[in-house]
Amino acid sequence: MIELQDLQKAFGEKPVLQGFTLKVRDAETMVIIGYSGSGKSVALKHIVGLLHPDVGDVIVDGQAVSTLDRDGLTLLRQGVGYVFQFAALFDSMTVADNLALGLRRRGLDEAEIEERVQEALALVDLSGTGERMPAELSGGMRKRVGIARAIALRPRYILYDEPTTGLDPVTSAVIDRLMVRTREHLGVTGVVVTHDMRSAYTVGDRIAMLYEGRVRQVGSVAEIQQTEDPVVRQFIEGRAE
Amino acid sequence: MIQAIGRRSISAVEAVGRVGHFVMDMVRALADIGVWARLTIVQMRRIGVDSLPVALFIAAFTGVVLALQASYTFTGAVPLYFVGTLVGKTMMLELGPVLAGLALAGRVGASMAAELGTMKVTEQVDALETLAYDPQSYLVIPRVLAGTLMFPVVVAFAIATGIITGWLTSLVLLDLSTQDFIKGLKLFYVFKDVWFGLLKSASFGFTITLVGCIVGLGTRGGAEGVGRSATRAVVYSAILILVLDAFWAVVLL
Ligand SMILES: Nc1ncnc2c1ncn2[C@@H]1O[C@H](COP(=O)(O)OP(=O)(O)OP(=O)(O)O)[C@@H](O)[C@H]1O
Ligand SMILES: [Mg+2]
Repeated sequence: MIELQDLQKAFGEKPVLQGFTLKVRDAETMVIIGYSGSGKSVALKHIVGLLHPDVGDVIVDGQAVSTLDRDGLTLLRQGVGYVFQFAALFDSMTVADNLALGLRRRGLDEAEIEERVQEALALVDLSGTGERMPAELSGGMRKRVGIARAIALRPRYILYDEPTTGLDPVTSAVIDRLMVRTREHLGVTGVVVTHDMRSAYTVGDRIAMLYEGRVRQVGSVAEIQQTEDPVVRQFIEGRAE
Repeated sequence: MIQAIGRRSISAVEAVGRVGHFVMDMVRALADIGVWARLTIVQMRRIGVDSLPVALFIAAFTGVVLALQASYTFTGAVPLYFVGTLVGKTMMLELGPVLAGLALAGRVGASMAAELGTMKVTEQVDALETLAYDPQSYLVIPRVLAGTLMFPVVVAFAIATGIITGWLTSLVLLDLSTQDFIKGLKLFYVFKDVWFGLLKSASFGFTITLVGCIVGLGTRGGAEGVGRSATRAVVYSAILILVLDAFWAVVLL
């Protein structure tokens, strides 16, 4: 279980999170929606200790992230896969090495690493690209490699930062299905940041909207679809006014 | 005005504190030997390949100039074989390490700052952390260790090159025999000349790579930030090399 407790985070004078509280239950997929620049990526980074809150804390499996020492943080991170918004592939390595790096850290033997790399690439429909360099891939392909890199770890938690933004509708649907399957097969707990509402409805068990640094509303897909809250309504319907 | 000075001194103290923190984290990360050992070899090869041509090029011409200037300065008042003394001592003690250091601050320091800066702004450093790697043990230690170990090697070759071109110059342009050049070279030679020069080079290598890493990992703001970091790394390490050079002269000579 991941609990974000009253997170507050400002960059300089600019407050981004102002009391963000959210519970993600085991084996569910929580979708976080919100306007561009509202702090969704910032919130996600707090979960793995890439950013530290000014106030509040993140509790993962009963452990407060802020209290973890170096080894504790390493252990936590070994259980979490992170899909970055802009893929964040290591551009000095081949695609296969990008996937293998995290597995090597977990001490798997080379045969198993190779097997997992191939399997993960197949899952995102990129078999045969293992020897390519990230710079030779299209944006959408890079994104899928980023997802494969997280899935290959077979983590307990996966955090997806806008996994379908910038992909064509069919590839988006493939990625959505992949996220659903990952949850069903591996029992992964997921947090998905997105503003693609179709994707949110497909993969989410529950949806939370981040607005002005706080959770505006959180509820099941059905509850969000029938919301009375004008702010949430406007966002999910994508109206300009 | 006083306020401005105050602000400056506070930020200077903060900067020193940050560097101290960084170095402490680095020392702690030495525990991950399985991570950094192999990468250090890779970096050593890279630093060697990157810096040897520049360092040798500079040393070769410095040797020529030193020999000619020495003979010009002596004008017959001092026996000509002192050319060997001057070329040897100057290359080993000062110009070998410092000129190579300054050149490599541009070559190695800038490229490290740009590389790590790019990784930082494209979130590759964050990605590394989420894969449970400590950037200190994966990125910093291999570079700093490789710099500290490889610079003395590069400088040793540079010193040898400078002495050889100084000797060739003496032979061809100054009518100094090989025996006399070597006589001069040996005249005031003490073993300290060598280790002093190499110790200095190691400290330059440490400084250049450490500055490159700190500045690189502190990069903010896209391509422009990466460019700024590269420049900054060169400026800081060039200044530090000159300061360190004076420091070693005061402490050890
Ligand atoms: N490291 C940082 N330093 C300073 N400001 C930051 C940093 N990271 C994020 N911000 C600021 O925090 C705010 C929220 O950023 P964040 O990336 O979380 O937005 P987001 O909700 O993910 O938006 P998008 O949907 O466009 O990705 C932005 O205004 C951004 O400028
Ligand atoms: Mg974002």
